[in-house]
Amino acid sequence: MNAAALAVHQVRYEQKSYWRNPASAFFSFAFPILFLVIFATLNASAHLPDLGGISYNQYYVPGIVAFGLMSACYTNLSTTIAIRRDAGILKRLRSTPLPPWAMFAGMVGNSVVVSVILAILVSAVGMLFYGVSAPHGIPALLVALALGAACFCALGVAVSTLIPNADAAPAVVNFVFFPLVFISGTFYPVPKGSVLERIANVFPLVHFTRSVFAPFDPHATGARFASHDLLIVAVWAVAAAIVGVRRFRWEPSRR
Amino acid sequence: MGQTGNSSPAIRVESLRKTYRNRAGTVEAARGVSFDVAHGEVFALLGPNGAGKTTTLEILEGSLARDSGTVAVLGLDPGSRADLNRLRKRVGIVLQETAVEPYLTVSEVLRRNAAYYSNPRPIEEVIELVGLTEKAKARVKTLSGGQQRRLDVALGLVGRPELLFLDEPTTGFDPSARRGAWALVHGLTRLGTTIVLTTHYMDEAQALADRVAVIVGGEIVAQGPPDSLAGRDRAATRIRFRLPAGVRREDLPLPATTAADAPEDLRDQLVEIDTDDDVPVLHELTGWALRGGHDLDALTVDRPSLEDVYLSLTGSAATAIPPPGSRQPAATQPSGAAS
Ligand SMILES: Nc1ncnc2c1ncn2[C@@H]1O[C@H](COP(=O)(O)OP(=O)(O)O)[C@@H](O)[C@H]1O
Ligand SMILES: [Mg+2]
Repeated sequence: MNAAALAVHQVRYEQKSYWRNPASAFFSFAFPILFLVIFATLNASAHLPDLGGISYNQYYVPGIVAFGLMSACYTNLSTTIAIRRDAGILKRLRSTPLPPWAMFAGMVGNSVVVSVILAILVSAVGMLFYGVSAPHGIPALLVALALGAACFCALGVAVSTLIPNADAAPAVVNFVFFPLVFISGTFYPVPKGSVLERIANVFPLVHFTRSVFAPFDPHATGARFASHDLLIVAVWAVAAAIVGVRRFRWEPSRR
Repeated sequence: MGQTGNSSPAIRVESLRKTYRNRAGTVEAARGVSFDVAHGEVFALLGPNGAGKTTTLEILEGSLARDSGTVAVLGLDPGSRADLNRLRKRVGIVLQETAVEPYLTVSEVLRRNAAYYSNPRPIEEVIELVGLTEKAKARVKTLSGGQQRRLDVALGLVGRPELLFLDEPTTGFDPSARRGAWALVHGLTRLGTTIVLTTHYMDEAQALADRVAVIVGGEIVAQGPPDSLAGRDRAATRIRFRLPAGVRREDLPLPATTAADAPEDLRDQLVEIDTDDDVPVLHELTGWALRGGHDLDALTVDRPSLEDVYLSLTGSAATAIPPPGSRQPAATQPSGAAS
C-alpha cells in the first residue's frame, strides 16, 4: 500500500470507530451544534455595537465553527489518544508494521473530516435559520480552518501526554478547553484593551476565532486574511507539534 | 518462511540484563538471561509472576530497551530502530494485556491490520483458526474476555509471521478454551511457525513446548525439553504400593520406607521404594508377590512430574515438594497435609 492509500485506509477505520463511539459522537460533534442552537436562538435579535452593529449571530456562528473545530481536533484527539494509550491499544498497534505517521494521519484525518462536516453544518444552519450572511473570501476561510486544524490537532497530541490515565482524561482536557473557550471570544467579542484580552491573546483560540470570523465579517474588505492572527495560530501549531512528538508515549503508565 | 541462514537459531539471547529504576526503587528483572530458540520450535518461558518473562519477551519484541547483553531475533537486533522496522513485518506479537479498538468488529480490525503486511493471511482463515467465525461481525466491545484474547491472537497471526510471541496466551481461559489454544499452537507449528510463549501453567509447557526455560527472579534456573528438564528423566523412579495383608515392611524382599504423605486410610500401609534400577527392582518385587500370592494394591511407578521439578526449582514449595504419585485422587487426604 502506498502512503496515500494507507492514510485513507486508516481514516476509514477511524471514522467507523468515531461515529460508533457515543462519547466522541456526543462531546465532540453534537455538543457544538447544541451550543449553536441554544445561544443563537436566545440572542436571535441581539446586535454588537463594537463590531459596527452586526447581528450577534453573524459573529457567533463563525465562533461556533471555530469551537467545533477545536472540539473535533483538540478534545477528540487528546481524549482518544489518552484512552487508547491507557488501554494498551497504542502499544499493541506499535508492535505491527504500521508506521507512526500513518497512525497519526488516520487520527488527524478523522478529526479533519469531522471538522469539515461541523463547519458546513454550523454555517448552513446559521445561514438558513439565523440570518447569517455567507462568508466572503473562501480561500481565507479554508486557510484559517487548515491552520486551526493543524494547531488544535497538535495541541491534542501535546495535551494527551499530560494525561496520566483514561479516568483523568476528561478533567485534564476540559481544564484546558473551557477556560480557553470562555476567555477567547467564542460567545462574545473580547472587550478591546481589557486585561482579559491580553491574557486571551497569548493563546491560540482567540486568534483562530478572529481568523474564522474575518471572512464572515460584512464590514471587512479584501481577501480577509487575518494575517497576524494566522501567524500566531501557526506558531502555536509548531510549538505544540514539537512538544507532542517529543513527549509522545506508546506505553500505558504503570499503576 | 524459508529464510536464509536456517542453521542459525531463530532467536539468540546472551547475558541479557534489564533493571527497572523508579521512585519505588530498582528491580533487576533480567539478570543474565541466555537461551536459543531454533527455527520451527515451540519455546516456553515458565515461571511465577514477576519472574521476568514479560520483560524478556518485550526486549525480544523491541518494545523495551535492554541494559546489556546481545539479542538476535531472526538475525536482527530488536534494539536497533532499522532492524526493528524489518522485524515487525516478520514477527507476530500477542502482548500480555489484550487491547483492541472496542468499536470495530472482529473482521474490521483484522482487515485493517492485514493491510499492514505484504502477504497477509485471508481474514476468514484467521477467524476460523481462532474459532471466532460466529463472532466475525460482532463489535470487539461485545466479546467476552476469552474471545477478545482469541482476537488478539488472530491479530498476531494475520501477517503470516515466521515467529510468534505469545505472552500468557491462555491465562484466564476455561479448560476447553485452553485445549483450543493448544490445538491452534500445534497447528501453527505444523505450518512452520516458530513460537515463543510464556506461561505459569506446567501442563501448558508440557503440552506445547519442545523446550522450556524455567525463569525465577530474572534468572534461568533450568532449561531443556519438558521430559528431561533438570534431569527429570534420570531422577530416581519411585515405586509405591500398599503392604499386602499380613506382611510387615521387614518381610519385603527389598528395603522400603513408609510414604510420608499417605492418605489417612493408608497410613503406615503405603510403602515406597526409590531406585535408579527400576526394571530389576520391579522384577524382584513382582516375582516375590507372585510366589507368595500377595496382592500389590495401589501400585504406582512414577518419576518426578514437571510440576515437582518446577516447584523444587522455583523454591515456592521448598518444604513440601510433592513426591511422585501424590497427585492421585486423594479425597481423604487431611487438609493441610501438603502445605
Ligand atoms: N515498568 C516497570 N517498572 C518497574 N518495575 C517493573 C516494570 N515492569 C516490570 N517490573 C518488575 O520487574 C519484575 C519482572 O516483571 P515481569 O517481566 O512483568 O514478570 P513476569 O512477566 O514474569 O510476571 C517484577 O518484579 C515487576 O514488578
Ligand atoms: Mg508477564
